[in-house]
Amino acid sequence: MSEAKPKYELNREINSILATDCGSTTTKAILIEKVDGEYRLIVRGEAPTTVEAPFEDVTAGVRNAIREIEELQNRKFLDENGVITPRRPDGSGVDIYLSTSSAGGGLQMMVAGVVKAMSAESAQRAALGAGAIVMDVIAVDDGREPYEKIQRIRHLRPDMILLSGGIDGGTITHVVEIAELIAAAEPKPRLGIGFKLPIIYAGNKDARSHMQETLSQKVDLRIVDNIRPVLEREVLGPAREEIHNLFMEHVMAQAPGYNKLMKWTEVPIMPTPGAVGIGIQNVGKTYNMSVVGVDIGGATTDVFSLFKNEQGEDVFNRTVSANLGMSYSICNVLLEAGVKNIMRWVPFDIDEADLRNRIRNKMIRPTTIPQTLDELIIEQAISREALRLAFEHHKSLAVGLKGVQQQRSVGDMFEQTSSGQTLINLMDLGIIVGSGGVLSHAPRRVQSVMMMLDAFQPEGVTWLTVDSIFMMPQLGVLATVHPTASAQVFDKDCLIRLGTAIAPVGTAKEGEEVLHVKVTLPDGRVVEEVGHYGEIKAIPHPEGKAEAEIRPLKGMDVGAGRGQTLRTTLEGGVTGIILDCRGRQPFTLPEEKSARIKKLVEWIKSMDVYPMDAFEKLVSRS
Amino acid sequence: MAHAYTPGLKVAEEAVITKRRRLPLLGQVLVKVGDEVEPDTIVARTELPGNPHTINVANKLGVESEDVGHYMLKKAGDPVKKGEIIAKYRAFFGLMNREVTSPLDGVIESVSSVTGQVVIREPAIPVTIDAYIKGKVIEIMEREGVVVETKAAFIQGIFGVGGETQGVIKMVAKTPDDVLDGKDVPADAKGKILVGGSLMTAAAIKRAVEVGARGIVAGGIIDRDLIDFLGYDIGVAITGHEDIPLTLIVTEGFGKIRMAEKTFQLLKAVDGETASINGATQIRAGVMRPEIIVPGHKARAKAIESHIEEGLVPGTPIRIIREPYFGVLATVTELPPELQVIETEARVRILKCRLADGREVTVPRANVEIIEG
Repeated sequence: MSEAKPKYELNREINSILATDCGSTTTKAILIEKVDGEYRLIVRGEAPTTVEAPFEDVTAGVRNAIREIEELQNRKFLDENGVITPRRPDGSGVDIYLSTSSAGGGLQMMVAGVVKAMSAESAQRAALGAGAIVMDVIAVDDGREPYEKIQRIRHLRPDMILLSGGIDGGTITHVVEIAELIAAAEPKPRLGIGFKLPIIYAGNKDARSHMQETLSQKVDLRIVDNIRPVLEREVLGPAREEIHNLFMEHVMAQAPGYNKLMKWTEVPIMPTPGAVGIGIQNVGKTYNMSVVGVDIGGATTDVFSLFKNEQGEDVFNRTVSANLGMSYSICNVLLEAGVKNIMRWVPFDIDEADLRNRIRNKMIRPTTIPQTLDELIIEQAISREALRLAFEHHKSLAVGLKGVQQQRSVGDMFEQTSSGQTLINLMDLGIIVGSGGVLSHAPRRVQSVMMMLDAFQPEGVTWLTVDSIFMMPQLGVLATVHPTASAQVFDKDCLIRLGTAIAPVGTAKEGEEVLHVKVTLPDGRVVEEVGHYGEIKAIPHPEGKAEAEIRPLKGMDVGAGRGQTLRTTLEGGVTGIILDCRGRQPFTLPEEKSARIKKLVEWIKSMDVYPMDAFEKLVSRS
Repeated sequence: MAHAYTPGLKVAEEAVITKRRRLPLLGQVLVKVGDEVEPDTIVARTELPGNPHTINVANKLGVESEDVGHYMLKKAGDPVKKGEIIAKYRAFFGLMNREVTSPLDGVIESVSSVTGQVVIREPAIPVTIDAYIKGKVIEIMEREGVVVETKAAFIQGIFGVGGETQGVIKMVAKTPDDVLDGKDVPADAKGKILVGGSLMTAAAIKRAVEVGARGIVAGGIIDRDLIDFLGYDIGVAITGHEDIPLTLIVTEGFGKIRMAEKTFQLLKAVDGETASINGATQIRAGVMRPEIIVPGHKARAKAIESHIEEGLVPGTPIRIIREPYFGVLATVTELPPELQVIETEARVRILKCRLADGREVTVPRANVEIIEG
């Protein structure tokens, strides 16, 4: 296992850590302590977030969450000044307190660039990677007239704008044109009626003086290194850093109670998605695999990925599908996916108007939970579509750089590839980490397995996991000061191992043998299993590593080439080793309703997804 | 004592209501503390910078960007009229003549020697804020706005569309179950806020627009009818800025749902009185629910101790807000402290309650709201 380096050096012993995440609805606190030489999660507390009236002070919710921990531990962590640090001999206090936040809607940005598919897209990746929601992307070639762009900028109330364009030493005209447009529009920030909007300029360095001239009177202008200094390179670090600094200075400072909270912690408060991003990157580095992480919340679904590009470099990407979620934006999932796509995952009949009303009523009463099995199945069907759409969005943005001259050999010329291809290779994908209520709190872990397999359709061998209680944000910010503690807690307490899926790519006739799997379990037993096209089944393998020999038939590919046997190690988990022979490229689900329902019922029974008595009653009723 | 996860919507016969009335930009406050105001009293004003227009003068004249300054007849800060020549290029003793005229009345804001663009700004747009409710100014936020306070009957809905408006309450439904259909909209509904029972139909909405009503309140709406009225589907629960002629407020949810008894009785009590209503709904990052405010309404009886502050205890009246008992009224009978397993196999905090029809059922605590009363 390899580890990240700390971003902030503390130069002291840390044995006791308190970390909070202030979400839009709930504030969560966790206590981590060194026990027998190892860092472990001790306990967690939770309370409603208090940024809105009547409280209008985020520290109230933080105190309430920490108070739960105080009660559970019978120890004192708070005094009138905040969190007690360092830890005292009587056991009160902790050695360090950290926090992340997405309260108040998080960080909302606009980005602008010259060419939509180049500098503007790089700016978008910089903003997303820093944890922002991108409200709009303005570019010279985005198809809108200047007055439309101006109107849009005036209408939006971003927290800040990131402006880029032009390689260093190139022409300055176009990026100055965009700056003049922004200056004319006189954008106003979301928070703080009398404050200047922060704008970060990360474009052609030759245009810096013109930026000063055009913008500095009207906005709070910051200048950083070009995010595309040459076409072939994207340098997002300095821009992300400045976004984070401005987030702290402007957004957090305006939000009620944050000034107080910032004094409680010696490490800057991070935007929640930024912290989760660090966590995901560490997962990839620790286990040396490509990763896809997803956090499906009430309002947004964040997708993170770490893959290697053509040059073999690790590339981290994050997208936020700001309008796909399980409560506040559940109607948008319905709108974007369509009723038919949701219904294809439901193994019983339901009137469309009834379905629409249920979804609408969930939107306006977001804190309710499914009580009956049919409600749970419908919610999980909707989540499949939210995850699928968010993943499609992510794949379209996590791409190789566009506009780059590629070195092509004669062999390459016969391959129809171009720059700008997605980096997400489902066969190479090593691990999926799921989090968010519908995934982390599914009543049976196998339900999370099925949601992730159906939505992402990973290929070959993929390890499936979930974040047990959504402590990724806290572990992410902890990694910036104590990577060891973060990695240990992640491995031992955060990550729930669901199992490993084997999904052969290709199609065959229904029922044909397509996979032979021979597994040597940790206890020495050897299990052999055959996978037939159209089915999904599991081999129990609760924990540890199993050696496997996977032989695809009928020209299928499990990662070693078509028809080639793969020998590999498989991680265990609650669901074990899953043979998913339902097809890839394409995944096969019958169109015709009764055949489709029959298939869904078959898979649900084979994988024991729902309690059988209640399920059979439900299916027989319709 | 336990907390309900979904606080009940507020329905009060007499409550102190304060509203912060804020400008989008710093400006001028026009009233002072202690002033009595009406809903349409302008309390503050400011000016939004006029819309900017960009003209690429360099391209139009066929000259280099850095030379545009030579050919401009106007400079930054000069007013211009529509049709007025702002730049001229002459060459070859007048044989080559190009001109650029202003497409609008405004002021030259800037001339760029880098891009060759000229920005002309339209005259400033005045923006005003009214008081929204009849009441008294109790606080001034310097250059930003005011806080207005009133004693009023107050009803919160669960969802709405359309912004602030005022009108006289007109009770149309006789019972909380009645459907408000097109034929039920009275001919004299102009300027009124119509109150239905369990449902407002598409025909009722259409008719209400025709006769000039200001708003409709009912227990429910069919989502298809709302989509047809708006002209688009709602994706995310943030409303209030729609370009529609009527504000709609739904008190219970989507579908045909009997209006809560207390809500219905209070609306009946304010029949004929003037109300300020707002359909704006926002369910995340600052929850806002639609509202009906009737200033000056006096409670006829002393208000019963609010149940919301007490939380859930045996005897608390609740409404169930999720299947399979959606919309049903009940009374809490028991609050087991330990987590229990429900049909989905989830382990959650539940409560036991007696439904209006006498049945005893188990419901997750997250799926109830406390009814004030």
